[in-house]
Amino acid sequence: MKRLIELLRSYWGILRRPSVHYSLGFLTLGGFIAGIVFWGGFNTALEATNTEAFCTSCHEMRDNVFAELKDTIHYSNRSGVRATCPDCHVPHQWTDKIARKMQASKEVWGKIFGTINTREKFLEKRRELAEHEWARLKANDSLECRNCHNFNYMDFTRQSPRAKEMHSTALASGQATCIDCHKGIAHQLPDMHGVPGWQ
Amino acid sequence: MRILSLLLTLLACTAQAADYPLDAPAPDGRRAGGTLTQTLPAPALIDEENKDIRRERNYPEQPPTIPHAIRGYQVDKNGNKCLSCHSRAASAKSQAPMVSITHYMDRDGQALAAVSPRRYFCNQCHVPQKDVKPLVENQFRTIDQVLQDAVQNSGQTP
Repeated sequence: MKRLIELLRSYWGILRRPSVHYSLGFLTLGGFIAGIVFWGGFNTALEATNTEAFCTSCHEMRDNVFAELKDTIHYSNRSGVRATCPDCHVPHQWTDKIARKMQASKEVWGKIFGTINTREKFLEKRRELAEHEWARLKANDSLECRNCHNFNYMDFTRQSPRAKEMHSTALASGQATCIDCHKGIAHQLPDMHGVPGWQ
Repeated sequence: MRILSLLLTLLACTAQAADYPLDAPAPDGRRAGGTLTQTLPAPALIDEENKDIRRERNYPEQPPTIPHAIRGYQVDKNGNKCLSCHSRAASAKSQAPMVSITHYMDRDGQALAAVSPRRYFCNQCHVPQKDVKPLVENQFRTIDQVLQDAVQNSGQTP
């Protein structure tokens, strides 16, 4: 312990002392450039983990949830606009994104220990995993849905009568958020016993 | 084996001799035009009708058709999306027609708390409709039309 304090103290001494060999210009400019490189590198790496190619590089995602997505309107539709994994599962704002990425370290743990490395294990865990996502979307008022589906620009005259009825009442008044009704639109549902609105 | 191949060759010869069309025209039924071996382009898919207006039933026992799109509605042992609106509990909020009371009975007519398993898979009887020309002509007449005709034929006024 004493030696550790001694070591830290010597480093503190080095940090406090003015530079002898390097000029102030070199240190500031060098620091600036190194900052750009580190920050850019960090963000590039972060964005690389934020792609569908990265998500589906694991068989857990590719063979289960991604395979199911392919049937749905968020993957295949008339206009060719589509949502990728991070569009719905990672917040777009930086702070929220970092928070989510820290939570996602649990998923690395799961990957290493094979928590859902077979279809059977995945199906067994599906309700729990789905509940996490429902809770997240409920808590942030379906933020990831609303990144594309903006309520202010919904044209009720172009919606089916049922959709118009629900969106102009429950959604407009804030009683309900997207995920309350639109569960299982991109992936298959787990056993829905006890989920509000389901039999 | 040799006899079989000989027989087959002979058969082919006679078929050709009779000028039998090997690539016969397909029957003009649901798949008009072309020959049996030809692959024709599939007809374009048409959207399900989505007007939310109840349709007339052709006879009282007919399962009502679904007047809206049901793309992606999951109905399996995990859950039933239809019942999110059409169940007894949900129909007040959704204003969707409640599934008939017969769906809450077992086959002996005993009332159950939830939809009976034998009535659980909605699409076995209820289906959405598309606005397309029927593939096969249909001469179905409703009982009202039949009765009307019977009355007219007998010369009475209804």
